[in-house]
Amino acid sequence: MRDGQVVKGVQFRDHVVMGDIMALAARYREEGADELVFYDITASPDGRRVDRSWVNRVAEVLDIPFCVAGGIRSVAEAEEVLNYGADKISVNSPALARPELIGELATRFGSQCVVVGIDSREEANGEYRVYQYTGDPDKTRHSGRLTVDWVSEVQERGAGEIVLNCMNQDGVRKGYDIPQLQRVRAGCSVPLIASGGAGAMEHFADVFHEARVDGALAASVFHTAAINIQDLKQYLRARQVEIRE
Amino acid sequence: MNATASNALAIVDGGGANIASLKFALARLGVAGELTTDAGRIRDAARVILPGVGAARDAMTRLRESALDQVIPALTQPVLGICLGLQLLFDGSEEADTDCLGILPGTARLFEADADHTVPHMGWNRVWQTPGSGLLAGIPDGAQFYFVHSYAVPVTDFTTGRCEYGREFSAVVERGNFVATQFHPERSGRHGARVLANFLELSPA
Repeated sequence: MRDGQVVKGVQFRDHVVMGDIMALAARYREEGADELVFYDITASPDGRRVDRSWVNRVAEVLDIPFCVAGGIRSVAEAEEVLNYGADKISVNSPALARPELIGELATRFGSQCVVVGIDSREEANGEYRVYQYTGDPDKTRHSGRLTVDWVSEVQERGAGEIVLNCMNQDGVRKGYDIPQLQRVRAGCSVPLIASGGAGAMEHFADVFHEARVDGALAASVFHTAAINIQDLKQYLRARQVEIRE
Repeated sequence: MNATASNALAIVDGGGANIASLKFALARLGVAGELTTDAGRIRDAARVILPGVGAARDAMTRLRESALDQVIPALTQPVLGICLGLQLLFDGSEEADTDCLGILPGTARLFEADADHTVPHMGWNRVWQTPGSGLLAGIPDGAQFYFVHSYAVPVTDFTTGRCEYGREFSAVVERGNFVATQFHPERSGRHGARVLANFLELSPA
């Protein structure tokens, strides 16, 4: 999301407008998406409070759960988004800046609506590190944390779900980062959602079977209709992945 | 169904966020719910919904502050508990060792995480029906609903929908005018909408 429009970038850069949010929300509801995540990518880097009234309009048409991410820095901001009708809020850069935020949100709203998004990149030495402010290429920087450490800390602080976005794979459609997701899965006892890299139906089957994630998130392949959600679900069911009809 | 009067449907205001999705789901069925903690409004309503997201102890504290811990068990009109609202209808919850409303016998217990079951339990799961369930009427057996919870009540004599997540638990319970779902009907697509519609068609006392 940027300025009320749906956009998509490649490896977090060069975002292009993909369409109107309401039309897309309704389309995904009809196609059988199990959950939607809305990232307001402009929110966090610019350091401003954003108008999130679109959440209310989305909530009015959706009858599946949805999560709002981007720039939520306080209990008050989270409460606004939840009052508008979101089921979950996802925090990323603000949690890195002030990890106590996770606990404050979990105490007030319960762990089940507190998602922590983690943007993780594999470095040249093979280490996975957490990046911050990834919505803006000019501000993106290494957070000083190793991914496995941060995954463990956010769970202790009360995160109820982790979305691991593997930056090396984002938008390039070559498959999810299975080795990284396996590594994180081993230390993650809350729901783990894979993000970044989906390009073909077999990528979804692979990530469920090999990394044993609880969910797989994708954007461009659905936005562009490269993969139809109903076809994907049928494909996954045929491969013994339990998924909503 | 006559749901046009202002007190047709009261939604007990538990102080939590997350009521909008329920109100929108009811609006899609043509019903406006009134969010309230007023004992009189709740007693007079044709139907009452007890939603709940958050912690059992906080929720019970808020109900007691409005004397609703006394009012709700005495209600004779259809009452629907949702998620935590289901657990509150029972004797108690392991969550902070909380005494609940005691309308149904049983205690909500924490799920234990294992290699195949993360906690909270979040996602779409199948619900297996006991024949004759009013709340699940017209819905295929084994239909999937959306769950988000860390605690669950074991299967009881009043369980009319069972779900399995590491262990079996009550997904739907019905005892007279008190009915409840552990899943979120307002976020469970068309089957969820049918559950809400079924509730709105239960005969008032």
